[in-house]
Amino acid sequence: MKAGAQVTLCAPPTLLPPDFLGSARQQKGHPFASVRIETNVEKAVEGAQVVMALRLQLERQRSGHLPSLREYSRMYCINPKRMELARPDALVMHPGPMNEGIEIDPEVAHGARSVIEEQVTNGVAVRMALLYSIVTPAPSERRSS
Amino acid sequence: MKNQPILIKGGRVIDPASSHDAKADVLIKNGTIASVAKTIAVPDGARVIDASNLVVAPGFIDLHTHLREPGFEDKETVATGTRAAAKGGFTTLCAMPNTKPPADNPATIDYVLRKAREEGVVRVLPIGCVTKASAGKELAEMGELAQAGAVAFSDDGNPVSDDNLMRQALAYASAFDLPISNHCEVDELFQGGVMNEGWVATRLGLRGVPNSAEEVMVARDISLAALTGGRIHLAHISTAGTVELVRRAKEQGISVTCEVTPHHLTITEQAVLGRLDDNGAFDPLDIDSYNTYAKVNPPLRTRKDVDAVVQGLKDGIIDIIATDHAPHNRVDKLCPMPEAAFGISVLETALGSVLSLAHNKTVGLPRIVEALTSAPAAILKRTDIGTLKKGAQADVVIFDPDASWTVDPSKFASKGKNTPLGGATLKGLVTATIFNGSVVYEAKS
Repeated sequence: MKAGAQVTLCAPPTLLPPDFLGSARQQKGHPFASVRIETNVEKAVEGAQVVMALRLQLERQRSGHLPSLREYSRMYCINPKRMELARPDALVMHPGPMNEGIEIDPEVAHGARSVIEEQVTNGVAVRMALLYSIVTPAPSERRSS
Repeated sequence: MKNQPILIKGGRVIDPASSHDAKADVLIKNGTIASVAKTIAVPDGARVIDASNLVVAPGFIDLHTHLREPGFEDKETVATGTRAAAKGGFTTLCAMPNTKPPADNPATIDYVLRKAREEGVVRVLPIGCVTKASAGKELAEMGELAQAGAVAFSDDGNPVSDDNLMRQALAYASAFDLPISNHCEVDELFQGGVMNEGWVATRLGLRGVPNSAEEVMVARDISLAALTGGRIHLAHISTAGTVELVRRAKEQGISVTCEVTPHHLTITEQAVLGRLDDNGAFDPLDIDSYNTYAKVNPPLRTRKDVDAVVQGLKDGIIDIIATDHAPHNRVDKLCPMPEAAFGISVLETALGSVLSLAHNKTVGLPRIVEALTSAPAAILKRTDIGTLKKGAQADVVIFDPDASWTVDPSKFASKGKNTPLGGATLKGLVTATIFNGSVVYEAKS
């Protein structure tokens, strides 16, 4: 459980941190112990309430992690057919920027279940809050003027 | 004074070459060991060193040292490196050829030997390159290097990647009966890594090096040694898988030897997090969590690997302890992890580090002494060093195995202050080092 959610992380094995595939995650206290690792996107999406795609860094293909973008898109793209496996009310998210047609199908990205634009807007506020909390003292450290 | 006899009285004399481990006196005369006996009367004019409660052993031999001279005198020189050696109990250093110019020619070998004669305080045995400029393209003139005094060949940090070239090198060097010391690392698997591949690397967002980067080349080198009959020496092995490969090769009678460093025997990848223990792997990160002083190649591995190399040392699968002393100056380490140089300054902490294995009773003290003395001498095929037998060179170390001290790199004789052990407490300290019959280091009491 992460922030109250059961998280599944899905990617081709070559894009996952190597120690996530082995026994290291079973080590006591490992922060990712509760995260389910999946390399089959259909299994990962099945029954999900939220599906979040992440931009594929295009240079990954050149460094030998993937045979081609075409195959990645065919094997892993979040498309309407795959979204049918999720819950009917499932939300679609993506932190942006998107490679539409590679990790996410334009129809899904701009479809009725997408909250991507709202996510991006909220992202600005969250970053502002983080910057504010970094540059200002914690309440316990504030001096009364 | 070289000709003044020295009598070392009442120490625990450990000389693995003669299976001696008992309280005894050691008499040194004219630069050689005159005798080792239960009690020796003080000869006229002799200097007496009281070694009660101390260990007396042959001076240590390091098969893997970077003296950096010529070319990188900002990092170390023959003068400073040999003084660091004396302080650490080493009386013989094998100097790696990755200098500038590299030691791929007799003139550079001559230069290192001359510097050692004029400015050094312990013995320096140069290692020559396997290939011209260590570029891995053509064999260096190994015959001439051997005649000039090279005791082994190595391209050091540049593994000999070309399989056929390595085959030729092993076959060619066998004509001189000299070993090739290879840094086993497959470039394509190394991929610009900066530390061990695993959770710590993932967490720090650093590129990791898998154990296979070492093991794949170890397997190749063992196969080529069997094919050619050449002598392969595996430098600084670091993984459990390598120990297993070497174990099998030795069972088959293949001519393979290998070394392990004090750091790979005692600390793990956690040192990159700024920790010398096994705890706190999931604690919040702080400013010490990216410790470039723990960046070394091969990288510090996991507890499983450390346990395996310790067991390998104990069983004799790993022949020797070598330091891979790699001094760097401050700016080489005061930078982000990917830009930082690989390497640790080891000569002055080696003994304190490896004695922890004796103190926690995992490896016996005589075996540790053997791995630092007679075992490296055997790889060099020398019977006059690494032993206290009568007539041997008078290279002797006297140390207090129980003395606790705190590592203060600013006090190092080495120019390289780069160690992850700064501030750590080690147990085991050299009190005196004698080279060729002269006291070259003495701790202030």
